Amino acid sequence: MSPVVKPKGEKFTLPGKYLLFILTILCTGLMILTFTTSALSTPLAYAAGFLVVPFEKGISKVGGYLNDRTEILQEIRHLIEENEALKKQVADLTNENISLQQDRFELTNLRQLYQLDAQYTEYDKIGARVISKDSGNWYHSFVIDKGTDDGVLENMNVIAGAGLVGRITSAGRNWAKVTSIISDNVSVSGKVLSTSDNLVITGNLETYADGVIEFNKLIDEKNQIVEGDKIVTSNISDHYLPGILIGYISGLNTDSNNLTKSGRVTTAVDFSRLEEVLVILEQKQTIEE
Amino acid sequence: MRKRILSILFYLIMFICFLLQCTLFKRLSFGGIGPNLLLITTTSIGFMRGEKKGLLAGFVGGLFVDIFFGDVIGLYAMLYMYIGYLNGKFSRIFYPEDLTLPLVLITLSDLSYGMICYIVLFLLRGRFNFSYFFTHIILPETVYTILMSILLYPVLLALYKRLNMDENRSETDFA
Repeated sequence: MSPVVKPKGEKFTLPGKYLLFILTILCTGLMILTFTTSALSTPLAYAAGFLVVPFEKGISKVGGYLNDRTEILQEIRHLIEENEALKKQVADLTNENISLQQDRFELTNLRQLYQLDAQYTEYDKIGARVISKDSGNWYHSFVIDKGTDDGVLENMNVIAGAGLVGRITSAGRNWAKVTSIISDNVSVSGKVLSTSDNLVITGNLETYADGVIEFNKLIDEKNQIVEGDKIVTSNISDHYLPGILIGYISGLNTDSNNLTKSGRVTTAVDFSRLEEVLVILEQKQTIEE
Repeated sequence: MRKRILSILFYLIMFICFLLQCTLFKRLSFGGIGPNLLLITTTSIGFMRGEKKGLLAGFVGGLFVDIFFGDVIGLYAMLYMYIGYLNGKFSRIFYPEDLTLPLVLITLSDLSYGMICYIVLFLLRGRFNFSYFFTHIILPETVYTILMSILLYPVLLALYKRLNMDENRSETDFA
């Protein structure tokens, strides 16, 4: 017989404060573990994917459907007007297209000459739907309905329309978390398209209320850069493929050190109305350690 | 057995709240601010059912947030857990008829939740403009959360009353 005899009818219960203590240690341990390694995130991501994602998909499908219906009703009238204008535009554009095609012919020839075509190859992309957004109001991350089953892996770039949205920071079987470039704790290395000067773009919750994020560490000795210049991802970025449009400069001022400039960037993507995104199925080439 | 089912119902409501919070209520957000339904359920489970149930509920709910949106796993779990636990301290003075205590507790919980989030996630990275974050994030979230709690709280209260009724009945049966 066991030496420990429990009194009959009295179940063993753990007092609240001990449980709190144990779980606090557990949480701290988990935090340290996830901060240093990524060993834990994969099994948890898989488990959560089974439990939560099907529901989220359903809810956002219903929400999207209702949204679509109301938008259709609102837009019919608008579309009739637009149609007229567009017909006119088509004629203009056809003319323009012909001349552009001639230009392009010339361009491809020149590119072949310079053997640059490899740099501009089209990336493989996959479409995904946004199924849920960050439960808090502090960061702008969201979850999409494609995961490792569809070939989506961590650190792949996410775009919408023509602009950069962010990158995948964790991927489950049927879902993936996208951390957007406007999140307060995210920085992207970019360059100004016109002059190829490098700069660092930082998400900022405070300025994003006005639709802009910050950039800094721009060296512009010749003062060539003006407002409205395009900013694209740079070649030296750790996670982002080069040449993806980020946005346009909408404010520029010289720092107090008189060497660098900082300012604001209007993003190419409207983050408040993000419903469908494209994931580029290609990871930035990194040096194996 | 019935009691077990009812306590699972609390978790079910919490789960539904989490789902709605990051889908439906992101569509219904005002100025990009959504309510924190998970906090309402955690707080309510805390002061209705005591420290232990509260902290467990907070831990489970926070873990979901961590897995999907957190940078490190465990941060939100710990935060929600402490909120659940501290609210559990008030279960001794909680009466179902009294509406002031729940609302005050939910308000205070959401305010302190916002403050801690600000300190841990923003202040430590050198974002010092506290007044901006307070007026644009923390306060609107709290107001929206309180408005939502007026809708959500009766559901939780009904469940609590059901649970308590069963408990009382079983006690009298026993005697």
